[in-house]
Amino acid sequence: MSARVEISINGRRLHVPEGISVAAAIARAGQPFRRSLRGEPRAPCCGMGVCFECRVGIDGRPHQRACMVNVCDGMRIDTDG
Amino acid sequence: MADAVHCDIVIVGAGPAGLAAAGVAAGSGASVVLLDANERAGGQVWRHDVEHTTPARIRRRIARARQSDRVRFMARTAVVAVEGNRLLLEQPQGGQWLSFGSLILATGARELLLPFPGWTLPGVTGAGGLQALAKQGWPLAGRRVVIAGSGPLLLAAAATARRHGAHVLGVFEQAVSMHRFAAGLWRWPGKAWQAAVLRGRLAGVPYRQGSVVTRARGDGQVREVDIDGPHGRERLACDLLGVGYGLVPDVRLAQMLGCRLERDGAHPRVAVDTHQRSSRPDVYAAGEACGIGGRDSAWLEGAIAACAAIGATSRWAALQRRRRHARAFAAHLHRHFALDARIRSLAERDTTICRCEDVPMAALDACDDARAAKLASRCGMGACQGRICGTALAELGRFMPENPRPPLFPVRLETLAVDPGQTPAS
Repeated sequence: MSARVEISINGRRLHVPEGISVAAAIARAGQPFRRSLRGEPRAPCCGMGVCFECRVGIDGRPHQRACMVNVCDGMRIDTDG
Repeated sequence: MADAVHCDIVIVGAGPAGLAAAGVAAGSGASVVLLDANERAGGQVWRHDVEHTTPARIRRRIARARQSDRVRFMARTAVVAVEGNRLLLEQPQGGQWLSFGSLILATGARELLLPFPGWTLPGVTGAGGLQALAKQGWPLAGRRVVIAGSGPLLLAAAATARRHGAHVLGVFEQAVSMHRFAAGLWRWPGKAWQAAVLRGRLAGVPYRQGSVVTRARGDGQVREVDIDGPHGRERLACDLLGVGYGLVPDVRLAQMLGCRLERDGAHPRVAVDTHQRSSRPDVYAAGEACGIGGRDSAWLEGAIAACAAIGATSRWAALQRRRRHARAFAAHLHRHFALDARIRSLAERDTTICRCEDVPMAALDACDDARAAKLASRCGMGACQGRICGTALAELGRFMPENPRPPLFPVRLETLAVDPGQTPAS
């Protein structure tokens, strides 16, 4: 896990290890995930693509499950948390 | 538009059952597609760990199943709809129809997540969920982790968390028969060895039986958990709580294909015969989808299903005996980790049951079935399509989920617009 890639999370650029999931990258950056309908903060729960709590925008596509996608160089991630 | 594809044998799910099926099917000369929603093959039990090397014997198994040029592995691919013997797939590059001669369902299981006050707080995950996140690179070094719920998966989750640098404060198991469970493991030496290895890796970590997490506390993040144990209540400060109550078969695709299901406690599983054939002659099912049995029975059932699909029935007699032995382990497991009734009453009236639509338990008071709950509260109508709340409500004895309707996962409109007529005749 030595190679690193450059991504941006909510406009902030950072370098993260290649191969980690988008969910892990957001957690490492200390960024919030989503807010629920009532405005409660939420974060990944099932870790395997079932609960959809980790959904974020990736490269302009909304509602992607962050635990199911690995980071790649130049990736743009937007959370609404 | 994407090209349409026909394939003799399509295998959905690349965990142990799907990989075993692919290995057997490839040897027959049939064309084989193995598809999985994840980036890599291995399923949950053999999930790739970004920080630690996968054991060589598992790497070999995955490689062997995929090595044949007859097996086409489609990563990040989900089946979203079904029409006869055609599957609508969604992939990162777009939608595609795939028609099959035979279909082997190796869709595996999901973790059983049950509501309790505070379960929606960030930092509260499934136990298997925490393990999966750790392997994806979730930061655990120096974090205080509590593992709770039920079953041997808790030990595996705790060991993974520790390996990733977490300070595991304890494993809290609701059942009280772990020692009897372990004592019966002599019939399955591989499992006994596995249990001994896990115990070694968890040396110094408290293991408490008859203990249930009743509440997670915190403002915007879990900070403390309340635990009800045989010696009273305690409160632990922590950074992460992984809590899971075992596994339930993932049968949604089987349901959509019209396969007959049967009840396995509160949850359905795919009904199969000794050849792993479902009620639909061209569809087989193997592994956890047919009832939670663990990776050994999944591997054997995957091989049996593929033998049946390619007509190599002479080969499965030996597999059958091994399969029965592996399934007996599952029965041993279920006997010793049955859920305590108090777990079904942890949720309070204001506890969220539907996490997607923020529906509290109290909103379901007058609802007798999933449809009434949807109409009254939107419970089960959010992004997860009732996967979490529907399964939880079945376990709580409230009502069963409705049959799933397409699309099976939220999809892009372009995917739904792909013309099924492109599929060439086989």
